[in-house]
Amino acid sequence: MTIKEIQDSIIEDFSMFDDWMDRYAMLIEMGKECPIIDDQYRDEKHLINGCQSRVWLHAELKGGKVYFTADSDAVITKGIINLLIKVFSDQTPDDILSADLSFLDEIGLKEHLSPTRSNGLVSMVKQMMLYAEAFKSIQ
Amino acid sequence: MDINEIRRQFPVLDQQVYGKPLVYLDNAATTQKPLCVIERERDYYLHENCNIHRGVHYLSQMATEAYENARRTVARFVNAKEAHEIVFTRGTTESLNLLATSLGQLLVSGTSLRGGTTKQSNLTQTKVLITAMEHHSNLVPWQQMVQLYSGELLVSPMDDNGVLDLQAYEDLLKQGPQIVAMAHVSNVLATVNPVKEMIKLAHQYGAITVVDGAQSMAHLPIDVQDLDCDFFVFSGHKMYAPMGIGGLYGKTEWLEKMPPYQFGGEMVDTVSFEKTTFNKLPFKFEAGTPNVGAALGLETAIHFIDNLDRKAVAEHEDLLVKTAMEKLSAIEGMRFIGQAPERSGLVSFIIDGIHPYDLGTIIDKMGVAVRTGHHCAEPVMTRFGIPGTVRASFAVYNTLEEVDILVKAVNRAANMLR
Repeated sequence: MTIKEIQDSIIEDFSMFDDWMDRYAMLIEMGKECPIIDDQYRDEKHLINGCQSRVWLHAELKGGKVYFTADSDAVITKGIINLLIKVFSDQTPDDILSADLSFLDEIGLKEHLSPTRSNGLVSMVKQMMLYAEAFKSIQ
Repeated sequence: MDINEIRRQFPVLDQQVYGKPLVYLDNAATTQKPLCVIERERDYYLHENCNIHRGVHYLSQMATEAYENARRTVARFVNAKEAHEIVFTRGTTESLNLLATSLGQLLVSGTSLRGGTTKQSNLTQTKVLITAMEHHSNLVPWQQMVQLYSGELLVSPMDDNGVLDLQAYEDLLKQGPQIVAMAHVSNVLATVNPVKEMIKLAHQYGAITVVDGAQSMAHLPIDVQDLDCDFFVFSGHKMYAPMGIGGLYGKTEWLEKMPPYQFGGEMVDTVSFEKTTFNKLPFKFEAGTPNVGAALGLETAIHFIDNLDRKAVAEHEDLLVKTAMEKLSAIEGMRFIGQAPERSGLVSFIIDGIHPYDLGTIIDKMGVAVRTGHHCAEPVMTRFGIPGTVRASFAVYNTLEEVDILVKAVNRAANMLR
């Protein structure tokens, strides 16, 4: 699927719920399904500094596509990073770099999990873009 | 004491968040403000606003008089001997930075804090003793100060319940710290430290004492003369007063000796290009135009507290904490951080296998405002080997019904997150 198609399907999933508790329940489920980072990358170098929870992110380039793995000690944060992984994993660096990020607004993530809430959403996206940028330059 | 009547004085409490009634349990971060405080500050800007201590005109004199009255009210509230022993600051953090900077300069200037002068050879041995439960504001200024002078920061340890080890404290005093800085009440553990005893001990070993009253002013009666502390610092916004105002109490003898912290404005006496002499106390430490409106709000907040039955308030807040702990303890995996016998105002906890951030995020959606994270006291988290806690902190306007909502919310969130 293209990034746009995945984003649309996530928007659809989120729009099924009126109640934010249900959306959180979905995020928590997503957190539990996160492709977990290999232990060797769970270090300072792969840490994204959010204020309240720790997030580790790693990426690999295989066959021209980027594959992300991650982990966090907080499950909601892990849900958010997995949501981003669903969107950006298995995509080319070019597609990642040119992706429209407005889906975050549409599912209300920005409103409910804004950067001021210290979950590191912005830092996570930024780090993924940096990986894509780096892979693009070595291709 | 009619809590509903008190609640009516806090309009901010009467609102819904995410469609649910707001349950505000983040009072250790900042308390809400009663109408009388809000109106006092508003009145000042409506009718009295003027720069103080410099105008000969009517409004300036009225504003000056009101500001100095506020100082007298604070002095009386903490039982300072003299009004000039109260310096208005922006709050606890600024007060502590003032102290660390000014006392540090006093020490390196060769003035011994124990009387007499220090020999030049001793100047590098600046030592400050703090406790293991300090928040960053009572840690970083001292740490930076001793680093600047190649000195040493000593840390008095605590046990697993969050109680200071007084024997270890005394042993550290024997290493000769010139300054001892201690939290009156811990902002994470709720421990009420035996500051009077600690001050007496510190004095026996020739150290001067700084009490951080950020978490105690709203909850405990403060008597600086009885405590015999050399300095006491506090924030107005944690005691129903506006933000941007707080204070520093210091014994006259120290404030006289200490160099100014900031320069300019009314803190001067005479100025030429060659030399400046400084104003008398407390103005020496109040550079620039002060926050007059907030100071008047602080005075009104003190009247608000005075008008309550303080014993009944303390009993009410203790009941809230006790009930919260009793009911929360039924939740599987519940672990309280800080179980000192002497406690005040709050409860900190974690649940096994659940990150405090997750818990706080979910119960926020149920209208419950608590603080999660390290509470600006990272070393305390490290001490207990946890990433943070969930902290529910109470004020006079909180109710047992709100405690029930908290417990239900935590229960539901825990079930979701497990």
